[in-house]
Amino acid sequence: MTLGITPSQTVGPFLAIGLPWPDGPFVVPAGAPGAVVISGHVLDGAGAPVPDALVETWQADPDSRFDHPDDPRGAARPTVAGFRGFGRSATDAGGSYRICTLRPGPLPCPGGGSEAPHLDVSVFARGLLDRVVTRIYFPDEAQANAADPVLAAIADPARRSTLVAVADPDQPGAFRFDIHLQGDRETVFFDV
Amino acid sequence: MTASNTSAPLGERALPRYHAAPGVNPPLDSAAYKSSAFRAPKHPPVPMPQRLTEITGPLLGAERVAAADADLTAGHAGEPLGERIIVTGRVLDSDGRAVPDTLIEVWQANASGRYAHRVDNHPAPLDPNFDGAGRCMTDSLGRYRFVTIKPGAYPWRNHHNAWRPAHIHFSLFGRAFTQRLITQMYFPADPLFPLDPIFNSIPDEEARDRLIARFDIDQTVPDWALCYSWDIVLRGRSATVFEAGEDQ
Repeated sequence: MTLGITPSQTVGPFLAIGLPWPDGPFVVPAGAPGAVVISGHVLDGAGAPVPDALVETWQADPDSRFDHPDDPRGAARPTVAGFRGFGRSATDAGGSYRICTLRPGPLPCPGGGSEAPHLDVSVFARGLLDRVVTRIYFPDEAQANAADPVLAAIADPARRSTLVAVADPDQPGAFRFDIHLQGDRETVFFDV
Repeated sequence: MTASNTSAPLGERALPRYHAAPGVNPPLDSAAYKSSAFRAPKHPPVPMPQRLTEITGPLLGAERVAAADADLTAGHAGEPLGERIIVTGRVLDSDGRAVPDTLIEVWQANASGRYAHRVDNHPAPLDPNFDGAGRCMTDSLGRYRFVTIKPGAYPWRNHHNAWRPAHIHFSLFGRAFTQRLITQMYFPADPLFPLDPIFNSIPDEEARDRLIARFDIDQTVPDWALCYSWDIVLRGRSATVFEAGEDQ
């Protein structure tokens, strides 16, 4: 049986009524051992902050596992209490989002090789008729990033850097990742 | 970190692959929808194979949903104004499989077409008995059911005399990152359909029509509420086999 798939529509300007969760930004509870903060702005093509976006993240745990039955290695309960793999942050009036999480481990690839530690990201906003999907990589994983097949598939090497978070020199464990929907520094988005 | 987890090849174990849906979703750059002008990316998206992060996803929600959350007319001092309705259906994948135990979140305008949100300045009354947000989990057969009031149409500033057809926003997770969907449900025979750039951003008429609920007399509750039925279909999947690892 093949049923027609339900199309996407924009999340619209009023997502704040239904989608934010008080604990949404906390992939892991604040203060959990190894917790890091990833934050940044969502920006439009004019460089203006997007105050009505929703950023969601999904990732493996630090042991490279998912608590999910479709992982052929088996579902694995996270070893850090309260880790759920999923983060959700609505942007504030200044267009900022913030996620508190643990750094994921690298993932084995079909056919060998591995993917560098990463978070999958969905961005929803008024003006986006469908979500846009991107990835966050880490700046201190240069070797793993260089071998990552998803980064390698981006034809223009200069654009790969749009997917690598920037470490905050003043705050250990803090990373900055701006999402440019458009413009000279447009973030790489994926068709998944 | 255990090296066995990270470096072990996956071998020839089955990994689901979610079907693409060409022509179903609206293109991001839609000139008729003004808000897309500075927000839709200009570069074409880069194709990404579905690997472990994409074929898994958050299986959560039950812990944050109470039974009362599916009744948007409850929880206040009085009943909201407007036409009480039931909105119900099933969440399926495109292979016809039910999607059980998945979180659905909804939000909507009130009967006057006004959202309980500070940036909505439509000169229509707010309703102290209606927030417009609800959530529920699908049951073991993928079924869901909300009680709410029928939202009103409302004006927006996209173009001269622009009005949105009445709709309810729906957010669904499915079982994988790849299945995540946010969309809108519409009501049958709305005269605003031909005029709405958001509805018409979906190029295929059949796909557009899948966003329109069906009036359902069989599930209408006598002397109480009309029912609209709407099934939601997420991307289906087939099991594929990994290529053998190089180091096997």
